[in-house]
Amino acid sequence: MPAVFTETAATRRKRLTERLAQGLFGLMALSLVVPLVTIVVYLFVQAWPLLSWDFLTSNPTNGMRQGGIWSAFLGTIYLVTVSLCVSAPIGVLAAVYLNEYAEDNWLTRMINLAVVNLAGVPSIVHALFGLGAFVLFAGIGRSIIAASLTLAIMTLPVIIASTKESLASVPRSFREACWNVGATRWQTIRRIVLPNSISGILTGVILQVSRTAGETAPVMFTGAVFFKKIPEGDVFAYSLTDQCMALSMHLYTVTTQVTNAPHALPYAIAVALLGTVLVVNALSIGTRVYLRSRKKW
Amino acid sequence: MTQTTVQLSPPPSAEGGAELVLSTRAKRRFAEIAAERAIEVLIYACGVSAILFVFGIFFFVFREGAPYVFGGDFKLGEFLFSTEWYPTSLGNPRYGVLSLIVGTFSVTALATFIAVPFGLGSAVFVSEFSGNKGRETLKIVIELLAAIPSVVWGFIGISVMNPVIQDVFHAPVGLNVLNGAVLLALMSVPIMVSIGEDALKAVPDSYREAALAMGATRWQMVYRVLIPAAKNGLLAAVLLGVGRAVGETMAVLMATGHAINIPHSVFDPVRTLTATIAAELGEASAGSPHYRVLFIIGILLFTITFIVNLTADLAIRGVRKR
Repeated sequence: MPAVFTETAATRRKRLTERLAQGLFGLMALSLVVPLVTIVVYLFVQAWPLLSWDFLTSNPTNGMRQGGIWSAFLGTIYLVTVSLCVSAPIGVLAAVYLNEYAEDNWLTRMINLAVVNLAGVPSIVHALFGLGAFVLFAGIGRSIIAASLTLAIMTLPVIIASTKESLASVPRSFREACWNVGATRWQTIRRIVLPNSISGILTGVILQVSRTAGETAPVMFTGAVFFKKIPEGDVFAYSLTDQCMALSMHLYTVTTQVTNAPHALPYAIAVALLGTVLVVNALSIGTRVYLRSRKKW
Repeated sequence: MTQTTVQLSPPPSAEGGAELVLSTRAKRRFAEIAAERAIEVLIYACGVSAILFVFGIFFFVFREGAPYVFGGDFKLGEFLFSTEWYPTSLGNPRYGVLSLIVGTFSVTALATFIAVPFGLGSAVFVSEFSGNKGRETLKIVIELLAAIPSVVWGFIGISVMNPVIQDVFHAPVGLNVLNGAVLLALMSVPIMVSIGEDALKAVPDSYREAALAMGATRWQMVYRVLIPAAKNGLLAAVLLGVGRAVGETMAVLMATGHAINIPHSVFDPVRTLTATIAAELGEASAGSPHYRVLFIIGILLFTITFIVNLTADLAIRGVRKR
């Protein structure tokens, strides 16, 4: 190294602070990895004695102290499916409006603001809304359908945001090319924009599944019950006007209200819930990484 | 040279767009145009629905609480500034939510205090210091962290944090402000990281290049250039994290220990606004004053988060304008 570049006290100090800053920020980022891994591993280890296929496919018995989680697991699947059927179309079309049709005016600003606020409304307020609007006002009563509608409105912003992002990633030149061969707006959206962004939209939908599955507060007063026995192994055991159990609420109940439950039981329920959510999420991340690697523009 | 029409803006909705460019093509059938028009109306309706839902939430929650507000017994001052929450007292029920507000405030404040350094620090690391691989990995970790349901956090609060706090701090109860705040911090960090990273990304690269060209180290660049330039977005990141913490229900319901009082230290148990609704709505008989007051608390929460989110949105908009 030439002599001009010999280290002075000032540059050494600079280099040191640089290292220090990098290390500190790195440590902070690392501190996010640690709790995630610790939590997952710890829960899994504690739950291990109970985890089996039977645990998933048998009803809770003996005041929820024994048996499995079948009725709660199936209830969660029902809630997620029905709410998805409502929120996915509305959310995707709303995103299409915001990205393809909306002009930069006060209405669009209002909609965007509404979406931001909808995302920020506390889940328990969504629960109050579901109770007031669907259960009482609309007269549906506490049921899978009321709970699912509540969940649908709650998760709408998630799907709008992710769909908007994937629509925006389709280059404008694709649209211009299509307009110039004489297609209308809707034809362009239907034939060019949606096919080119469908993967991103699906990723968002998958992500929404995981959000919906974990929610507790919104279903507590709109359709979920503490305990319900259903025929084991029958996937059509609930009807949409029934109340159902939900995995998330089951974890809450067993943790806080059931005394003398075996030590591993709440851990096993937590692992079932967390496992479902994380697997679905990993699926969404995997799809995204795979599709991004194939993207040609 | 003949002029060709090139369309760089979308054609007007639901007309035979073809005619504008190629007059040789046949006119579209009426049914086709009508169907397209119908779809566009549907799209418009879905777009506007978000506004309706926000108003709907306010309306229906208020509708359940209103009869008590206008019933004559309700005094706003007493509701907001009395610490006496005795909703089930037989002769003299009192509905003062000050302790609940203080409970929410104390847990949120401590959570923010813990989360801000980690959240913004990680945002800086992800956006400025880490390589491509590290960034992708960290983003996945943060996404998974954000995916953990709040009831699972609450369970962790009870089963893991509770004994840890009792052992480490020799606290009489482990379900307290500190427990809830740590959980809320972990829950709001992912939001802070992702919004904070967006804010840092929005700073033009020319700023970075200018700083580095003048001999600044990366740290100096972050500290002197990026943070001042992105401060609005970073503020929004913090505010959205706070908004999430204020509205969080299950984790604080399970982990803060259910005592309605003004906390004197971080080891005191408290009860938050959200937890009160969740814990008591099931027991309050429909239509009773107690039941209606819980809906009024809902309106209070709605208002608080609305203001927080609005402020965050304005801060973000400030970033975009530049």
